[in-house]
Amino acid sequence: MTRVPVNKTYKLYVGGAFPRSESGRTYEAEAHNIAQASRKDLRDAVRIARGATAKWAGMTAYNRGQVLYRVAEMMEARASELAELCGGREEVERSVDRVVWYAGWTDKIAQVLGGANPVAGPYFNFTMPEPTGVVGIVAPGEPALLGLVSRLAPVLAGGNTAVVVASEAHPRAAIELAEVLATSDVPGGVVNVLTGLRDELAPHLASHLDVDALDLDRGDAELERAAADNVKRVVFARGDTQSPYEISSFLELKTVWHPMGQ
Amino acid sequence: MTEELAFRGFEYAPAPESRSIVRLEDAYGLFVGGRWREPAETYTTISPASEEPLAQVGQAGPEDVGAAVAAAREAFAGQWSALRPAERAKYLYRIARLLQERAREFAVLESLNGGKPIKESRDVDLPLAAAHFFYYAGWADKLEYAFPNRRPRPIGVAGQIIPWNFPLLMLAWKIAPALAAGNTVVLKPAETTPLTALLFCDVLRQAELPRGVVNIVTGDGRTGAALVSHPDVDKIAFTGSTEVGKAIQRELAGTGKGLTLELGGKAANIVFDDAPLDQAVEGIVNGIFFNQGHVCCAGSRLLVQESIQQPLIDKLKRRLGTLRVGDPLDKNTDVGAINSAAQLQRIEELVAAGEQEGAEIYQPPCRLPEQGYWFAPTVFTNVAQSHRIAQEEIFGPVLSALTFRTPEEAVEKANNTAYGLSAGVWTEKGSRILWTAQRLRAGVVWANTFNRFDPTSPFGGYKESGFGREGGLHGLEPYLRFDGDATEWGG
Repeated sequence: MTRVPVNKTYKLYVGGAFPRSESGRTYEAEAHNIAQASRKDLRDAVRIARGATAKWAGMTAYNRGQVLYRVAEMMEARASELAELCGGREEVERSVDRVVWYAGWTDKIAQVLGGANPVAGPYFNFTMPEPTGVVGIVAPGEPALLGLVSRLAPVLAGGNTAVVVASEAHPRAAIELAEVLATSDVPGGVVNVLTGLRDELAPHLASHLDVDALDLDRGDAELERAAADNVKRVVFARGDTQSPYEISSFLELKTVWHPMGQ
Repeated sequence: MTEELAFRGFEYAPAPESRSIVRLEDAYGLFVGGRWREPAETYTTISPASEEPLAQVGQAGPEDVGAAVAAAREAFAGQWSALRPAERAKYLYRIARLLQERAREFAVLESLNGGKPIKESRDVDLPLAAAHFFYYAGWADKLEYAFPNRRPRPIGVAGQIIPWNFPLLMLAWKIAPALAAGNTVVLKPAETTPLTALLFCDVLRQAELPRGVVNIVTGDGRTGAALVSHPDVDKIAFTGSTEVGKAIQRELAGTGKGLTLELGGKAANIVFDDAPLDQAVEGIVNGIFFNQGHVCCAGSRLLVQESIQQPLIDKLKRRLGTLRVGDPLDKNTDVGAINSAAQLQRIEELVAAGEQEGAEIYQPPCRLPEQGYWFAPTVFTNVAQSHRIAQEEIFGPVLSALTFRTPEEAVEKANNTAYGLSAGVWTEKGSRILWTAQRLRAGVVWANTFNRFDPTSPFGGYKESGFGREGGLHGLEPYLRFDGDATEWGG
């Protein structure tokens, strides 16, 4: 007797849950019906991401590092499923290793980027990095998994929350990754994944006044212009990069002064 | 009233700094490729304290800007990028020393052309400008240690646009890191304050800086726009209003050019009930009346804990009565002239809006000079967060006072702005300082002090106050590209 497999319904990942698009729309990609997020889905996701910033940024860096390491553990456990949705086993392994690498940065980046400044006066002065806030990520079209992981991991390591527009052509790896995140102690709302049409969603992400930074898959004059409305930091995906400076792109530096005296 | 009179009872004899140390030309050209270039158009630059014309200055057009960019490109491609970094450093050290040697001359000219009190240009602007060059000089041959594993390289030609509030200091903040990183620059001073930048060209001559490494084009916003849109400029650094900053960000969209923005602010200065009140009053006064409040990081919103509002405001009003407003070149002057007629009009408009919206205005009795642009130190109380004077940057000697009850409310109100440049905290409790500083969304937090600057200390904004930092090794990063960062997928 043949068993009929239970097929997955591909949905969005917003606020730790997997809703359909409020628009009820889907589009076909990778031979599946994929939720086609709307502008309203995007705005909901931004609102939820904003709400999640205090908890994620407020965690100790050690704790955030452990949660990201847990993400790597869960990816490893789902390695064969992920491998089917991207370039294969090697891409999965590199993605897992990349998450582990960034997990280790959470409690080290502050000492690399910040420190005490030897000002010419009787003041104690120090600089420390802080998360920028809500980051909009337009994921690279491919590689499906490593591309997304390479952009998302540094954003999270820095303590930001994210609204991701997944690869339009290869959205299933992003949804699989969302299922990993949902089971990895990453608080709901810290990562929100929208599937749909890049050209429909990205302009709304770029112009949204409560998005603080934008990570783009490529130079795009229209999106960059929209980003200027609230002086967003605009970052361009730099290929297969693994660098602490990918984290610092989404950090603000705060400098605090205090007089020294008796 | 009698108390007020008692405080105002002291008469100060005039103590003017002599102008004779400054020799002004009748007319200045544009500094392009190490030579003075005749501008097609000129305008008159004045002293805002007297409206006296000081000199004719060039209004650089697109062709002039093009010539300056070409000179910068040639210098970059030629000897400047080939120079050993240690030698590059020595030019910057020379500039620092020359500024120290000629500090008095620059300070007088800065006050003359910009209206700021001589004690500020003498004790703040000039020492800090020289210090910036001295600090960044030392970085020129140490960049690999600042950015390990990144293989730092200069970007090329930097276009730099600076404001009128700290003309020479902003020039130093821009030029010193750019040159230390190995770039060449085209700098546009503010329309109303070109003279110290033009005098700086003489320092470059004395330093024997290779021709074309620094080019200075004066003019209004049209000159800045020509520089921003010039295709051969690799990076733009802008300090000025958020409105213009956004326009520049839009203009550069899709070009791949580097950009750093240091924009406006509406800083909260938070005073908790345990703060040392007399020190806090001095800090509030320094925060908003330093440089006539023409300071992007000015503490323009006073947030005072409700229980100490009355004594604090009383002390503050009394202190206002002792501020001496007048001749910028007088060594006793605390508050100088408003920089321009246009800025005075902007301040007057916002102050009128404050009164219309129901805030209570206080200005100490003070005689303002007949000629020139002046505005009395002003404090608004009974201000609501929705008032324009609580939301918009006034960029003048006008303080808006609001109250709060709990630390949480103070932080929420402090952050209730699109800006995020700076903030102040006054309390004797160390843990509360750190708690508050951590929650303030601002790039610089002064605790129990205000308006301190240092070349080693990164400065710059969160949110709509811009991005990028000036000062410290962080200030070098926007002037470098990193060959070590670039990789291809699967590489």
